[in-house]
Amino acid sequence: MTISRLAAAAAVAATVLTATGAVLAQGDPKVLRIVPHSNLAVLDPIWTTAYMSRNHGYMIYDTLFSTDEKAQIKPQMVESWTESPDHRLWTFKLRKGLEFHDGKPVTSEDAVASLQRWGKRDGMGIALMTFVERMDTPTADTFRIFLREACGFVLEALGKPSSNVPFIMPKRVADTDAFKQIDDYTGSGPYVFKRDEFKPGDKSVYLRNAKYVPRKEAPSGTAGGKLAHFERVELNLALRDAQAQVSALQKGEIDIIEALAVEHYEAMKKDPNLVVPNIFNGGGALQHMARFNHLHKPFDNAAVRRAAIAAFQQEAFLKAQVGVKELYKTCPSMFMCGTPYASAAGSDIQAKSNMKKAQELLKASGYDGTPVVIMKPTDLVTITKLPDVAAQLLRQAGFKVDLQAMDWQTLVGRRAKKDPPDKGGWNMFLTAWQAADIANPITMAALESKGEKSSWFGWPSDAKIEELRAQFMRETDEAKKKKLAEAIQVRAFEVGTHAPLGEWFNVTVGRKNVTGWFVTNGNIYWNLKKSPPSH
Amino acid sequence: MWSFLARRVAATLPVMLVVAVLVFLMLRLTPGDPAAILAGDAASTDQIARIRESLGLDRPILVQFGIWFGNVLTGDLGESFYYKTTVASLIAHRLEPTLSLATLTLLIAVLVAVPLGVIAAWRFGGWFDRALMAFSVLGFSVPVFVLAYILIWTVSLELGWLPVQGYHRMADGFWPYLQHLILPSITLSVIYIAFIARVTRASVLEALGEDYIRTARAKGLPEVRVLVRHALTNAAVPIVTVIGIGIALLIGGVVVTESVYAIPGLGRLTVDAVLARDFPTIQGVILFFSFIYVLVNLCVDLSYVFFDPRIRY
Repeated sequence: MTISRLAAAAAVAATVLTATGAVLAQGDPKVLRIVPHSNLAVLDPIWTTAYMSRNHGYMIYDTLFSTDEKAQIKPQMVESWTESPDHRLWTFKLRKGLEFHDGKPVTSEDAVASLQRWGKRDGMGIALMTFVERMDTPTADTFRIFLREACGFVLEALGKPSSNVPFIMPKRVADTDAFKQIDDYTGSGPYVFKRDEFKPGDKSVYLRNAKYVPRKEAPSGTAGGKLAHFERVELNLALRDAQAQVSALQKGEIDIIEALAVEHYEAMKKDPNLVVPNIFNGGGALQHMARFNHLHKPFDNAAVRRAAIAAFQQEAFLKAQVGVKELYKTCPSMFMCGTPYASAAGSDIQAKSNMKKAQELLKASGYDGTPVVIMKPTDLVTITKLPDVAAQLLRQAGFKVDLQAMDWQTLVGRRAKKDPPDKGGWNMFLTAWQAADIANPITMAALESKGEKSSWFGWPSDAKIEELRAQFMRETDEAKKKKLAEAIQVRAFEVGTHAPLGEWFNVTVGRKNVTGWFVTNGNIYWNLKKSPPSH
Repeated sequence: MWSFLARRVAATLPVMLVVAVLVFLMLRLTPGDPAAILAGDAASTDQIARIRESLGLDRPILVQFGIWFGNVLTGDLGESFYYKTTVASLIAHRLEPTLSLATLTLLIAVLVAVPLGVIAAWRFGGWFDRALMAFSVLGFSVPVFVLAYILIWTVSLELGWLPVQGYHRMADGFWPYLQHLILPSITLSVIYIAFIARVTRASVLEALGEDYIRTARAKGLPEVRVLVRHALTNAAVPIVTVIGIGIALLIGGVVVTESVYAIPGLGRLTVDAVLARDFPTIQGVILFFSFIYVLVNLCVDLSYVFFDPRIRY
């Protein structure tokens, strides 16, 4: 073979490769390919609070009520409902034409069974069930909730948008023990889970539910019409490398990256083939939070906790962790700014404080020099820098700090331990919450103050907060609820349940030919469309 | 030969037993709670305790070991905490990508490295030899992910020849299957090319100094025949050993390459299982890896007979 023949052969090979490469990169407009923010492992969105399981749930299940982009509760599977004058009897009528993926109609019995299972696992569900005397199903499309006393969050609970969402499952599935995972994924949502194509750690596939009847309203938040425009939605669970995700998106092998690494943000914004949609509520998408362990020294002392809160200026955390100014903002409220219960009440200790004040507070607190054990997750890029900032600020305020590095899963296991820090316990960890999970005093786990027995990790104990939360749960007047939320926040800052560290936006990026984005609280994929690629 | 084989197979049993006990104990002694991980961020302590109970993790370690080991003896590796599917099916699903990647990588590595090593030894001290040594140092030094990014940028993004990521099963078409394997295999093979080429060069160089080579040349044999038939064959034992180690390492997991190219292989499965403290999966894949190591070593030992007639079992 001569050199020229070799060159010709190489040219032919290159042409074939280029052509097939281009074909591979062409996106079928009926298929949406997404790289989700995390791996999908647990397929039961009631059994776990993991956001990936929740997002999987939104694909295949429907809900009785939903929350729109303005945090208002809207009917979804429910057509109409009534509330008795004493607020103790609620009657709900289901929409006509609701059908599970197996062709069976959605009945009131399915709804009641689903609520009962959810009410054993979800914090807000458990709270609601303390009010519920009984539920019944007078007709196939009507169910009633009888309450022992008036409850101010019935609709908020049924329409809550985040973990755990009260998804409606067939009764045969919902009858599964709440502490056992389901193995039948029949829903009535806009997409059908293709179980035979689910490969853990590889891919998860959903097909359009042709029989789904969407509501007429425009989509907003998790409310409104759920229009499924794709025949097939594929979650790419194998593509974890941030740089490779970006390369795959630029080449058109995938359509959406749910959680873009911040360092790629500027480049993605400038890429004419990509779009960075503002899908998150203007109030901010996530909040960083520092959690104290109230059981052990030094944070068993409220004055010491307040000194730490005073030292935690939000800008420092946000600058270090997020870095891009337009992707973060400070917020004095424990509830996400922009949501109904957000306020600055009681936040002066943090919002109007400084390091000098923190040092004075620590001096006056009687702090005895006990080192603060901070758990630092090294593998969770969205929060890994927060502990370093916290450690530095605490040292400046006069604390002794023991910063201990570990992987996130070790942290998750260790934070459940109530042992003293020198025996495998801890004093502080830092985390992040999505807006919907900290939008009110019931869902915000960090506000639970029932002590060691049943509070969230850190185990604060405060009778006044619990009393105020109980009043909030019973209150049906929205203006009074807002006042109560403010009072709870004031008290929470007083006793130092935790410290909010500012808000930031998760960046979702998609190909430009993907359209139909709308404001939501998470990553949900109805209403989106895809035009054939132009190149 | 047969008694050697029987002895070696019998010797695998205590090895596997030791591995099983060590892995089981080490997992229980390391920090991290699978129940807390599964429950999610907002779960309460009570809920985590209930999940721990449902997974059987509240039982004494000896009881847990007894149950698991009893199942293993019957061929049941258990069910993944994380994925609620059998560990055997998880391994089976990940085996094809891993074996494909390992096979193509080694094929490229051997086809490139052995001739390079032989030529370098033949031209010892010349420019080719020096260039190969420089390439070897580079091959060892460049991190796999850097090489992967460079290849993705040039071959996939700039030239548009091959896909950036993903894996296609062979059953879904051979060409897409091969297309998705080319870049990862080239990425991985560089370090093996460097390694095998160096070992080949050293072994062949040693063989070329032997009397039988002088004799072969004195007989007037062509140089290619001298190199391949006499020098390379006699230098084969260390080369085969290195290739054997390469097979075992590749099947044992190439996490970075699998992560960058989104290949759902055994390496990624192992890392995911470790991060999630998915005890049954970790135990299952490590037992599987141990078995593969033992098997590959056995095959390598047996192959010596073919390359060196002096070796008898």
